[in-house]
Amino acid sequence: MLNTEPNLSAPDDFYEGLLDLHRDLSDEQSALANAKLILLLANHIGDLGVLRAALAAAREDIAA
Amino acid sequence: MKTYTQPVYPYAKPADSAGSPRHWPVIVAGAGPVGLTAAIDLALRGIDVLVLDEDDTVSVGSRAICWSKRTLEILDRLGCAERLVQKGVCWNVGRVFFRGEQVYQFDLQPEPGHRRPAFINLQQYYVEQFLVERASELPGLDLRWRHRVVGVSPHDDRVALTVSTPDGEYAVQADWLIVADGSKSPIRGMLGLGSEGQVFRDRFLIADIHMTSAFPAERWFWFDPPFHRHQSALLHRQADDVWRVDFQLGWEADPEEEKKPDKILPRLRAMLGDEARFEIEWASVYTFQCRRMRSFRRGRALFAGDAAHLVSPFGARGANSGVQDIDNLAWKLELVVAGLAPERLLDSYDSERTAAADENIRNSTRSTDFITPKSTVSRTFRDAVLMLAKRHAFARRLVNSGRLSVPALLSQSPLNTPDSAPFAGHMAPGSPAVDAPVAGATGEWLLDYLGNGFTLLLFVDAVPEASLLRDLATLGADPIPCCSVLVGPAGAALPAEIRSIVAASDLLAERYDACPGTAYLFRPDQHVCARWRAFDLTQTRVSLARATGQYVH
Repeated sequence: MLNTEPNLSAPDDFYEGLLDLHRDLSDEQSALANAKLILLLANHIGDLGVLRAALAAAREDIAA
Repeated sequence: MKTYTQPVYPYAKPADSAGSPRHWPVIVAGAGPVGLTAAIDLALRGIDVLVLDEDDTVSVGSRAICWSKRTLEILDRLGCAERLVQKGVCWNVGRVFFRGEQVYQFDLQPEPGHRRPAFINLQQYYVEQFLVERASELPGLDLRWRHRVVGVSPHDDRVALTVSTPDGEYAVQADWLIVADGSKSPIRGMLGLGSEGQVFRDRFLIADIHMTSAFPAERWFWFDPPFHRHQSALLHRQADDVWRVDFQLGWEADPEEEKKPDKILPRLRAMLGDEARFEIEWASVYTFQCRRMRSFRRGRALFAGDAAHLVSPFGARGANSGVQDIDNLAWKLELVVAGLAPERLLDSYDSERTAAADENIRNSTRSTDFITPKSTVSRTFRDAVLMLAKRHAFARRLVNSGRLSVPALLSQSPLNTPDSAPFAGHMAPGSPAVDAPVAGATGEWLLDYLGNGFTLLLFVDAVPEASLLRDLATLGADPIPCCSVLVGPAGAALPAEIRSIVAASDLLAERYDACPGTAYLFRPDQHVCARWRAFDLTQTRVSLARATGQYVH
């Protein structure tokens, strides 16, 4: 099951790191870094059910 | 072409073109790999079969080149795989490169104990030629060149055809028509049937070149290589020092322009280097589609191969799945023609092979989405996978340059008897038999002892009791006979009236999770349809009835 309750040990530190990842990158390079990050995290999670729930949650509130 | 001379098969004026139409049990339309396989399988079953082909030679250009282990096993059953293997190039290893660096390598057959390799590469024209030669050995098989089907009339009790020849038209009819007339399938059109799916907006240059080279017999696939930026490329060895080269061109490429040697040569030069000496044998520019007919059976017309379903070439799932269609169909047709099974058995051809086609289409579509990204974001993810694959093992599993053909598991088939006892391993009902080394009178491989008819494989640890032997003899004498093969311990004096083999290693028992008493029931196409921990005559007969469409559960 996808955990959407607070789970980050240091939320602000993570967020800062996320923005740092993109420093000095072009939009295209940022998109590539994001894609790599998603793939790394997805592999770490592993469970397809959890990943599908995350994919669905990511799409919520975004009208096509 | 320099390395191959196209045979020309003589046209003969049909002797039966006057008078009332001759009636055949089965007519096959199309003498490509699929139609020829059908004709051979049926003729070996003693069914008279007429094959009609509009042309008088084999495929022009190499076309299908990768023949899978399962296809070779089927052709072994039909007595013609050895020539393919002798002539072809065996390979198991594939490498994937991204921008000039290898990111991934796979071995399709990492374990020993199989008669046939994962794949051989052989030009389609050789395969067709060998199949024609095999067909010509068989009585009851009438192969007619330059006979084009121009009219089809389906009836409740037969199919009537009008055939055009250089000497005019004639009529002929059959109980059953196998439609194997290729992706454009004129007969499908005449019957007003469609094939639905997806066309991919990309173009590929495909070329056969003759080249003596030290490149290994492996499948090499490049994403965004230095010699062909932003596109993909493929290099694969075939027989006679002919190499298949594939260049992705993009949708905007002009197919007529790209076919010209002036255009092809610089691309090849960039790929192979200035030192390489080569000649172009054949080249073509293609687009591809993934689609299938809604049903592969329409009354007395049975569709197979590209006529029924079409996939992109990445994965070698076209011709290989067509051969598997026939493996599935021929025995069912034999039983129906003989009146031993109801016509609804042929509906299982449709349900089993549409499921297989969907699996092939799903795999092929996924490969195509990886090779030909359709949007900026899909290209970004593709490149991200390839970048990660260099460093991280997990990403290599996501790299998709084609998921190569594996036989379909017919796990949802209504012909299967569900397991009633636990089994480990991969041989659940619906699985094609996995080979293993054995010792016996007529071959050194398990698959030599399975197929053509139903086969019961019974593992024993001693000479079976007389009552069991009587039961096995009873099964062998049923209207739809089921032959038995005993797998015994080395040295046991097994009865001579029943075929017996000895496992040549632990692989057989491991692969089938077998212990003494275990029984497997195989269909004539070598798929498992039932298995038990102990043999029982009644249960076996119920499973046989189910597997032949006589028992609806």
